Amino acid sequence: MPEFVQSKLDPAAALIDEICAAGEPWSRTIRCGQTFRILDLEGNQAVDTLFYNANDTEERYSAVDTIRHQSNLYLSTGTQLISNDGNALLTIVADTCGRHDTLGGACATESNTVRYAMEKRFMHACRDNFCAELAHHPEYGMDKRDIAHNINFFMNVPVTASGGLTFQDGISAPGKYVEMRAEMDVLCVISNCPQLNNPCNAYNPTPIRLLIWD
Amino acid sequence: MQRDTGAQLLWDETMPGGTQWSGVLRRGVTLRLEALLAGANASALFYNYDDKIERYNMPDTLKAQHTAFLTAGHVCYSDMGRVLCSITADSAGWNDTFCGASDDALLLKKYGVKRFQEHRNAMHRSAREGFLKELSKWGLGTRDIGANINFFSKVTANANGALTFHPEHAHAGDFVELRFEMNVLMVLSTSVHPLDSTPTFAPKPVRLAAWRSGVVPADDRCRNSCAENQRGFVNTERYFGA
Repeated sequence: MPEFVQSKLDPAAALIDEICAAGEPWSRTIRCGQTFRILDLEGNQAVDTLFYNANDTEERYSAVDTIRHQSNLYLSTGTQLISNDGNALLTIVADTCGRHDTLGGACATESNTVRYAMEKRFMHACRDNFCAELAHHPEYGMDKRDIAHNINFFMNVPVTASGGLTFQDGISAPGKYVEMRAEMDVLCVISNCPQLNNPCNAYNPTPIRLLIWD
Repeated sequence: MQRDTGAQLLWDETMPGGTQWSGVLRRGVTLRLEALLAGANASALFYNYDDKIERYNMPDTLKAQHTAFLTAGHVCYSDMGRVLCSITADSAGWNDTFCGASDDALLLKKYGVKRFQEHRNAMHRSAREGFLKELSKWGLGTRDIGANINFFSKVTANANGALTFHPEHAHAGDFVELRFEMNVLMVLSTSVHPLDSTPTFAPKPVRLAAWRSGVVPADDRCRNSCAENQRGFVNTERYFGA
């Protein structure tokens, strides 16, 4: 079962302490050795997250390499977030939620038509946040081609032994957080998920708090 | 399970174990992959040949069909909500898509060094290196490698998420048939599954055979296996103006 590991870091001592509103993108560089916390302010918020090697973005978070490296589907304390080159980008060092998803990917306007109904094409979606954030930061040198399979922090996507997969109500709650130590300089790109059609956000997208410590 | 009895064979080819291949499969063509020995694995990536930034998307494929593995009746979605190909037959009943591909570092750690100089074409070859070699021929590279499918390989998860690889899931003669719904660039490697528990590097050969299978009928099993897939086919048909 999931283990809960608390952090000893004091938010008052953080270098960065920001709120990302529901449905908004966010990106920042986290330096090697810094600690990064994502805090679920109101509970059951899905935080779609991509990581890149800040000095060579062709190296990026790889869901499948992370899964096979730890031979486990779920992310929690002790998980190394592995790149497509087999290196640890970050290590999860504290987690009061206990389980995070990396199979569910990001919602997109196109996949919303498949999953829900054709008219859902016009609802805001994570992939559009990623596209916009990359477009507004030409210095990243990336575009849609670079949107890899992401992590969904705080999202609960259990897989059964017979291979079933469902999106279930979150196991997160107000104030739950996940904290990771950067093992290299990493660029983090987040979409604070605007999905209204499934229980990943409890049908109610809410803000998150992002903190970085030296 | 349907076989291509009577259909005109377009081409066939046998990939030795550990090798790589790429090619274009047009809309309306079916490709059979056949395991020639037990324990085969075929790691595959798919791209829209006409617009290669559209490609196979593992998360969208799994969540649309509420499954963590792929078998007959499932389809492979692109990141644009369209169906790249349908799995019309699968004699072994399970294909993994969340474990990724073998890479050189993994082969070195598990099996040691086997270079061309000493071993010629029996050298160790990883799926990731195979992907990179083939992708470069089409103007693609590292940025374009997402989660792949590992045909013939079965990996299950327990309640805590811990994975189990099922050795020799596929037997000699097992086959998967893919009916292409778009013009698809397919990249394949017959290197071992990354969680293969065989102590020595022993990739198995896979035979490919392609034939024209025609337009998808309205009562098609893959199209109708869920409401999501019906919409996925609508998106695909809109793209082709069908």
